[in-house]
This record gives sequence, C-alpha cells and structure tokens, in this order.
Amino acid sequence: MARAAVSGGLKLRRTWRPAVLLERRRETPSACTLVLEVLGWPGHLAGQHIDVRLTASDGYQAARSYSLAAPTNSDQIQITVQGVPDGEVSSYLVADARPGDSFEVRGPVGGWFVWRPEESSPVLLVAGGSGVVPLMAMIRSRDGISGAPFRLIYSVRTPEDRIYHDELRRRAAEDGGLDVTFIYTRTAPKDEPRPAGRISLDDFISHGWSAEAEPTCYVCGPTAFVETVADLLIFSGHDPSKIRTERFGPSGP
Amino acid sequence: MNIFTRGFTGRRRDSSRELPPGQYLTEDFPVLSAGPTPRISLDVWQFTVTTELGQTHQWSWEQLMGLPAESITTDIHCVTRWSKLETAWRGVSLDTLLADVETEADYAMAHSYGGYSTNLPLEDLLDGKAWVAFEYDGEELAPEHGGPARLLVPHLYFWKSAKWVRGIELMLQDSPGFWEQLGYHDYGDPWREQRYQGD
Repeated sequence: MARAAVSGGLKLRRTWRPAVLLERRRETPSACTLVLEVLGWPGHLAGQHIDVRLTASDGYQAARSYSLAAPTNSDQIQITVQGVPDGEVSSYLVADARPGDSFEVRGPVGGWFVWRPEESSPVLLVAGGSGVVPLMAMIRSRDGISGAPFRLIYSVRTPEDRIYHDELRRRAAEDGGLDVTFIYTRTAPKDEPRPAGRISLDDFISHGWSAEAEPTCYVCGPTAFVETVADLLIFSGHDPSKIRTERFGPSGP
Repeated sequence: MNIFTRGFTGRRRDSSRELPPGQYLTEDFPVLSAGPTPRISLDVWQFTVTTELGQTHQWSWEQLMGLPAESITTDIHCVTRWSKLETAWRGVSLDTLLADVETEADYAMAHSYGGYSTNLPLEDLLDGKAWVAFEYDGEELAPEHGGPARLLVPHLYFWKSAKWVRGIELMLQDSPGFWEQLGYHDYGDPWREQRYQGD
C-alpha cells in the first residue's frame, strides 16, 4: 500500500478553520448541498471528507464528518448532507442553516477512498442512497481531465431520493466515457423497465465492468448495502484489493 | 476566537458517564472498514504471534477455544466520533497469548485477514488491556464486526481493535499500519483526542 499523498501539510489539515455558508441547495426532500467559503483551503482529492463543527452560544460543540461533493473552486467547497432523524448536526445543516451562517471545518481527511485523475484504469462506482456524494466528487473531478471510463450504479429507494439526478443524466448524455444507471429498490418510475428491487448480480452484469477489465471499484452506502455489493463483486471475480469501501449508518451487531 | 453558529443549540444527551472529547453516544454499532469483509472459515483460521527474531507461536481456532476466556464489559470509542457504552464481549486476553513469548520488542503490529494492519505499543496489549474477542453481546462475532475474531483494545480508538485479526508481529521499532499511513494517529488515545497524525 502506498503512503498517501494528501494535499496540505498535517498542521494545515488538522486546524479548524472558519467556514461561511454561501448557498444551500436542496437536492431531495431530505438532503441539501452546502457551498462553503473556507479561506486558505488547501485543496483535496475526490472521495475525501471534512469534519464540520458547530458551536452553540454557550460554547457547546458538536462535530461530524461529511464527504466533499465536488473539486475545490478556489476557496469554495461543497458538501451534500443527508438529514438523519434525530441527527444533531445534520438536521441543523439541512433545515436551519442559512447563507451567511458561520461554523468551522477541518480537513481534508481520508487518503484511501480517493480517486486521482492521473489513474487511467476503468472505474466502477456503486452508491447506496447518500453514499453517492464522494462518488459524485470523483465524477466531477474526472470531467475534462481524465479519460478513465466510469460506470455508476446508483441505488435509491424511490425517484424522489435521487441526489444529483439531473446533473448525472446530463453528464452521461454528453460524455461517452460515463455510464449512469439508477436502481430503484421500492418504487421505480413508470418508464423504468427494471422492476423495483434490491441490487443484484444481474445489475452488475448489465451495467458494471467484467472482472477482466480490472476496474477499481468504489462502493459507498449504508453498511448492509456495502456488504452486499462487495460480496457480489468478489463473487463475480473482482480482486478484493481493487474494491474500496466506505460504510455509514447503523448496523446491528 | 470562537466561531458561534447562529441558531444551533445542540441536543445534549444525558449521560451518567463522561465521554472523550468530541464523541457522541450511539445505540447502534456502526462499521468503519476500508474494503470488503473477508470470510474466514474456522478450520483454516490461525492466530500467529511472530517475534522480532522471527519465532512464531500459533493457535488454531480449536486451540484458542481451549484457552481461558474472559467476559469484558467496556465502553468503545470510534474515531468517526461515536461512542458506545457498556459493550459486552468474550475473548482471550493477550496476556494469556503472550505469556510464553520471549521478546525485547516495544511495539506490535496487528495483522488481519484481508490485509489490514494497525500498530500499537506492546504495553498497550498487556496487563488486562487487550483481548482476541470472538463473542459480542452473547453471540458469535459477526463478520462485518470482525468475526470470527477481532482484537479488542478498548482504551484506544476502535480502529486499533483490528477486525479479522490473524496475528501480532512484535517489533523493536514502531512502524505505521494501514490507517496510520493514511494520516491517523500512531497511538490513538480518545481522551487526548489523538485522531490524526499530529494531534
């Protein structure tokens, strides 16, 4: 395993920096993209995350990690936050935060679940729910820079849960090197030939890469989803060392 | 300078116990791992201690089950900020496994099925502070939580408690493991909030 080459010195990356909310954009009924201005942001790789810290007027603090959703644009960074029931930080960010509000961020964090534009091998992205966020950062980072062919398989419950739907459709239509497939687990749109149901081996045969193509696979989503997908990929012959995973959310022991 | 967040009040939870800085309580058992979950069959499972001179001590699953096991109830703290109180485990103490091992080493690298590794000072594995755990909450340890057996070193951040553990390599000099090479702390004390290198 190579040592990570992550932008910015250690001291820079672990310093809490002021962040100002420039824009909050609704992606789905329960998820928002936040555009933040962070002066002196050291840059980041697609797939990395940041820590966000909120401070109440009495000094109480709470911090959580969120995936970066896009390449940096000078001092602007983007995160997409899925509101979770009873989520102390996420419910504030999704429901209460307004442009001009201040909090703190530090990072970037994480050097394993990353994609670098200089890598030219095929890439399979598999997202469950809001697990699409770091994978979208990879798709956006690839744009116009890399010729690596990408295939995204994105599992959602219903059409209204799709994050970045219009942008993904547009990018796939304009770019022969990007395939996007939506999988619906509960309710599919009327014109969708595939009936609603959990992701299966057929979905990977129809829309993934064969093991012979030796793609790097990035799988992000709830724990049970990631477990299922990683098992299916290994069953299909993919090398376990080419499968990178990021799991979130609860899981019964 | 403090940056206050307008309109944020937080949802402080009552806890009879103080948590390490920056942690929150969860009732769930979230998972942090970097790749697919390895499935290891018990008839080929082995635990190997390798000394700095290359001497090895090995246990099969059956031999591990023959050693005295302990019940452990402990709080666990993940670097992704969740803490879970009074988790119940069963496992064999590293004191038992290392009892007959002759070594001058000060450091240890835990190695796992699937290629994961993590480094710790050897003294943090001794004196009743670390176990090879194979039961959680009265049930056999599920693969996604590190089964059939994981290291349990609850006084450090939980990534040090290597899942799917297959051995301990004793080392004269410290050397970073998987997450440590990727920027996580070499020691990882939750009470000193040693999340990342340099903390």
